[in-house]
Amino acid sequence: MASMRDIKRRKGSIQSTGQITKAMKLVSTVKLQKAKTNAEESKPYFEHLYDAINTMLKKSGNISHPMLSGGTSKKKAIIVVTSNRGLAGGYNANVVKLLTKGDIPKEDIIVYAVGRKGKDTLARLGYDIRADYSEVMNAPLYSDAAEIGRAVLDAFSNDEVGEIYIAYTIFKNTVVHIPTLTKLLPFTPAEEKDGETSAEQLTLMNYEPAAEEVLEQIIPKYINGQIFGALVEAFASENGARMQAMDNATNNAEDMIADLSLKYNRARQSSITQELTEIVAGASAIN
Amino acid sequence: MAEKLFNVQVICPERQFFNGDAEMLELKTTEGEIGVLAGHIPLTAVISPGVMRIINGDEVKEAALHDGFVEILGDKVVILAESCEWPDEIDVHRAEEAKIRAERRLKSGDGEIDEMRAELALRKSLIRIDLAQKYSK
Repeated sequence: MASMRDIKRRKGSIQSTGQITKAMKLVSTVKLQKAKTNAEESKPYFEHLYDAINTMLKKSGNISHPMLSGGTSKKKAIIVVTSNRGLAGGYNANVVKLLTKGDIPKEDIIVYAVGRKGKDTLARLGYDIRADYSEVMNAPLYSDAAEIGRAVLDAFSNDEVGEIYIAYTIFKNTVVHIPTLTKLLPFTPAEEKDGETSAEQLTLMNYEPAAEEVLEQIIPKYINGQIFGALVEAFASENGARMQAMDNATNNAEDMIADLSLKYNRARQSSITQELTEIVAGASAIN
Repeated sequence: MAEKLFNVQVICPERQFFNGDAEMLELKTTEGEIGVLAGHIPLTAVISPGVMRIINGDEVKEAALHDGFVEILGDKVVILAESCEWPDEIDVHRAEEAKIRAERRLKSGDGEIDEMRAELALRKSLIRIDLAQKYSK
């Protein structure tokens, strides 16, 4: 059995670790609240944007636009959104796994990394990292998203890449975060649900300038919007994941402390008992 | 005369900028300035930098609207703006700086794409400055 002093020292160290994890949990809880409102406030924009493109496409039927049919290049650009800091449980590993366990062969992937953790892991695995926007993850802004969007769209129009994906974590609620790989380009229209009503509206819609030109303007905005939405959601997910991880760590620390306290008390008791036996034995030897 | 009202929504990536009723809406598209009244034909247009006016009776709200597009659907207008700000939100100092920067870039004139972007930046900064000055009086 470990000595009393050893147990005491170990208990102390776990206690201070527990304090740190508890503080980190509180910090990410506050950050999560902020990130959550940001994510919610940015949602209507993308929903409207997505709807607008869909109606436009349904109306105009078969516009042939490279952004709709995809490029000829086999390469695929993937924007990988992870965090800059660790201690967030499986958050980063899950996003990276989308690539490593995905269907897209490693040679065809060009990575646009957002977040240092994902970048480092993918670089170690030998992926082609084209650009690194890790600074963005500290506080995602729309202009940052626009910059990333411009970079991937440039690569797309130069036919360097044929498809654009984004790998990020959807923030469903505080406890549920879903890592996903979404295709940004070529644009895939939503399935038609209630064709009647929308078709009626569509015939009336006018475009200024022509529908093709409007579409050409809107698709980049859509990409930027999607990237921004992904960044904001990923930020919320990151803090949610960290909050959970730290909560677990704090609970574990508490469990371990309880266990160690028990051991410590037992050790103390047995040493007292031993001392007593020794005294009694000593006394009886004299008599 | 009580004009017919219609709903106007201005949505930015970061927030819902405006949601309310209006008698008339004025904004600038790539094809020129347009005024929208209730019952306008359905129209989708691309916005070019300009001042947006939301008019409801005597109340006139002005905002700098820089980028995005507008969807007009009969009794409802949705503006999806990449950036949009009320006069009191405009940072004049920053706008002045942006103006000088854009002017410099235009003078040095290297590359066509850069020139276009600089011109756009210049227009945006001018609108910001104009609007902010109008309201600071």
